Amino acid sequence: MKLVSAIIKPFKLDDVREALSEIGVQGITVTEVKGFGRQKGHTELYRGAEYVVDFLPKVKIDVAIDDHLTDQVIEAISRSAQTGKIGDGKIFVFNLEQAVRIRTGETGSDAL
Amino acid sequence: MEALNAARELGYALDTFYFLISGAFVMWMAAGFAMLETGLVRSKNTVDILTKNIGLFGIACLMYMFVGYNIMYGDGLSSVVPGLGFFLGTEDNAVEAVTAGGEDAPYYSNLADFFFQVVFVATAMSIVSGAVAERMKLWAFFLFAMVMTSLIYPIQGFWSWGGGFLSELGYSDYAGSGIVHLAGATAALAGVLLLGPRKGKYGPNGQINPIPGANLPLATLGTFILWMGWFGFNGGSELKVSDVSSANNVALVFVNTNLAAAAGVVAAMIASRLRFGKSDLTMVLNGALAGLVAITADPLSPSPLLAAMIGGIGGVLVVFSIVFLDKLRIDDPVGAISVHGTVGIWGVLAVLLSNGEASLLAQVAGILIIFTWVFLASLLVWGIIRLMSGLRVSEEQEYSGLDLAECGLEAYPEFIAANAKK
Repeated sequence: MKLVSAIIKPFKLDDVREALSEIGVQGITVTEVKGFGRQKGHTELYRGAEYVVDFLPKVKIDVAIDDHLTDQVIEAISRSAQTGKIGDGKIFVFNLEQAVRIRTGETGSDAL
Repeated sequence: MEALNAARELGYALDTFYFLISGAFVMWMAAGFAMLETGLVRSKNTVDILTKNIGLFGIACLMYMFVGYNIMYGDGLSSVVPGLGFFLGTEDNAVEAVTAGGEDAPYYSNLADFFFQVVFVATAMSIVSGAVAERMKLWAFFLFAMVMTSLIYPIQGFWSWGGGFLSELGYSDYAGSGIVHLAGATAALAGVLLLGPRKGKYGPNGQINPIPGANLPLATLGTFILWMGWFGFNGGSELKVSDVSSANNVALVFVNTNLAAAAGVVAAMIASRLRFGKSDLTMVLNGALAGLVAITADPLSPSPLLAAMIGGIGGVLVVFSIVFLDKLRIDDPVGAISVHGTVGIWGVLAVLLSNGEASLLAQVAGILIIFTWVFLASLLVWGIIRLMSGLRVSEEQEYSGLDLAECGLEAYPEFIAANAKK
């Protein structure tokens, strides 16, 4: 099993979610985060004092999937989250050791 | 003789005081609008809507002092063409004019009159800010505000409250369902049509996507503030309190205003429950305001029961109007066009239910004239601004939020680096 973690632009969430459900991914966890990669922030003024807005609002999505779906999921997220402009985000893939459905106690792929 | 003079002076002082306090209550409605609108937009656009609200208030007061008041209440060139005058003097009524008594004796300060009227202009203008929220350029909005408060509103106000042809026709609008609310909503409608809906609001297959507000406690607070401020809006429009008949009238106006709002709340709660399965708080808040707008054209002549009914009908109308405008793909984030426009029209017509002196012809003429003038004038001004500098922010700016894009501030900042080292 894999845990696919993607950091995307907030307004792309609906598109990504739709793309994932089209390939059969049922569950998703969403967190609001702030961050930057190579996308620079910008300088602003607050009551005359300068400060830097480095951290930009993003959304992190986590999906737990079976190994065989990995390439499809990466493709689906890339395709739906892309705008071509800087700051589109990144996808990280982690190995997922164990998963459990709390309600029923199912484990492994049955829990996904 | 002494006692009579003293009584007249005291009456003048009391009426002036009442007018000023009512004006202060209406000014407080600006806080209501600011909170209501803040609560119904997304957090990334919070600072922008707040800046628009306080900015328009400042602009309205200044432009009205500069020229608007004199256009509206000065001597017209005819009953259609207003006169032009600038600035505000400091001369006010002399003691002798007051103690002379009689029909024409002034019974409140001229400057109190200005103060009461200027807060009404600001109210009309603030109706626009909610409808164009989340996608309009800040300075495009302020430019429009300058013209609306110096020319568009005062000219139609001249035709009615200023003694022009609408008042000669018999148009009856006690505190301004048409003159203030419909006018504001019409300017908003013109703006929204040229602006377009928010990105993502309407889908390609006729879908209507909700864009929920970020802070319902603020929206509710704003509504309660508006409700309380309305006691000044309607109560002050009696213009007098210092004799038994006026005082009784003011009391009735307060009671009717309150009941109309209350009925608007309950009606919207029920309508929303029946239509959507749940009583949507945002609909209920709009319902309270709709009740208030509905009674504003005449809170004096209906009985309390009738006032409640008028408000209740407003509460039902607003629910359906909001849904209907979305079907037409007219995106109004706070429901301003429905609350103030659709129900403003109802309010002007509802006068006929209890006011024997009003005529259907005059009320309909008022609605048509106010709507046509404000719509065409606003369309022209919005159109010119659109050609000059554009009305709408870029797609990128709309997505990242107007707070960062236009205001350089976040409403709820986190992770701000204290030193700008690069």
